[in-house]
Amino acid sequence: MKVLVSGKVEGTVLKSNDAINFLGTVDKKTGIISDKNHELYEKSIKDTILVFPSGVGSSVGAYTIYSIKSNGTAPLAMICQKADLTVATGCALANIPLVILPNEEFSSINNGMRLSLDTDSSHPLQYQ
Amino acid sequence: MELTREEESALKGEQGEIMQMAYRILVATGEATDAEKLVPIEWTHLSGVNYNTIGDAGEEFLSSISKDARVKVKTTLNPMGFDIDNVSNYGLDENFISKQLSIRNSYETMGVIPSFSCIPYEIFDIPKDGTQVAFAESNAAIHANSYDNLKTNKESAFSALASALTGKSPYSSLRKEDSPNVTIRMKVEDPNELTYGMLGFFAGKVGDVSVNISGLGEMDNRQCKAMCGGMGTSGTCAKFIFGEGDSDAEKIDFDEKAMQNVHDELNTSEKGDIITLGSPQLGLEEISELAGKLKGRTFEKRCMIFTPRTVKEQANKIGYTNELERAGCEILSDCCTCLTPLIDKDNVDAVTTNSIKGAFYLKNSNGVGVNLKSLSQIIEDETR
Repeated sequence: MKVLVSGKVEGTVLKSNDAINFLGTVDKKTGIISDKNHELYEKSIKDTILVFPSGVGSSVGAYTIYSIKSNGTAPLAMICQKADLTVATGCALANIPLVILPNEEFSSINNGMRLSLDTDSSHPLQYQ
Repeated sequence: MELTREEESALKGEQGEIMQMAYRILVATGEATDAEKLVPIEWTHLSGVNYNTIGDAGEEFLSSISKDARVKVKTTLNPMGFDIDNVSNYGLDENFISKQLSIRNSYETMGVIPSFSCIPYEIFDIPKDGTQVAFAESNAAIHANSYDNLKTNKESAFSALASALTGKSPYSSLRKEDSPNVTIRMKVEDPNELTYGMLGFFAGKVGDVSVNISGLGEMDNRQCKAMCGGMGTSGTCAKFIFGEGDSDAEKIDFDEKAMQNVHDELNTSEKGDIITLGSPQLGLEEISELAGKLKGRTFEKRCMIFTPRTVKEQANKIGYTNELERAGCEILSDCCTCLTPLIDKDNVDAVTTNSIKGAFYLKNSNGVGVNLKSLSQIIEDETR
């Protein structure tokens, strides 16, 4: 596991196998995904542990992550398969914990699971 | 990533929230790009200035951090959305203007030099060979790495801002010695700046971090800038090295066919309603050359020319601006073809330009058609 932004949280997984373009597909007021073609269409990412392969699209999407955090509609943490600079800088701006998992561990996480993440612990990811 | 004790302390928040955020950005960026440490940098160039690109979220963020944040090293700034001296001629809405001025204000409060230019390498002195800098504007990062003997990552707006606030940047691959695994062989004859722009665009698509380019003859300033601008538009690659490279590097030809493919992707119109010159912005040499080429001729259409304010002031003194205005040019400072809100698809169907970078953004962001022509062709076809 690679820690990009450290932190400690507990929550429920919302997982997507689609990449997320934060600029334009996430409603900043509600945290709801507004892209009809996205697996998470009409789902809210607010207060979830958001698990998705990686971010895509404009680096300005980092400001969207900062905005949803300011609006109280951001995920508690994000878990990706591949590091990308938009999500990395967005989570850094907003202070949202972000880790990158190896493929196998990423695949083993399912929607609705309860997880606790503590990046300073020797077992950072605990399934409950 | 290995951090020094002082960097660790900043990351923990012992030097305040702004420094903590800045180090969070550097660490996240560094981890994402496999940097093993941070290195000191002497100059940062920031993107994320135009309200058109950063929007309300960016404006609010900058306004909030500018209360406490101050830059630690020389920091210069990309173009914004308009030239305050003539913005009233372009019917831009009040909200855009006030948000843009707030962004300008925030950067100035933080101690940033309000250069509003995407060609810092032409309007500021270049530090000594090998100096570490942090440039977010893609054409400037490529120019710095390829022509100016400086070292920079292709920074994001955020990593560059974090570098400005801390004086540090991740030690990622572009800062290290490397031998690219791809060599592009230039096979197109009699290239002009448009050819070099397309070559750059092509190279950016096939290269990952850096590429070798062989078969280049003597290039003038306009052609070098065109190549950097083209490359920065199409991918992540941010350095070209002149020569054949290692013998095991993959060889890819940029020939007439490859060039035609780039041309077909970006040229969407047979003619333009207006002409734009400058993306990257024109330097003094290009302004002088343009004034010389015009030789009393006049544009038959609107021609917008984008140049840094300092260059415009020099051009004024020498008399070039008089000559360009006589020929019907509108000279704009502080902004650029790229992502300008001054060209709107409600008023303009297509733009004629010699800029590949400009073409890409006019097409994809402004939603207007693009007609590509070299400068010589523009003068031949569009002036009399």
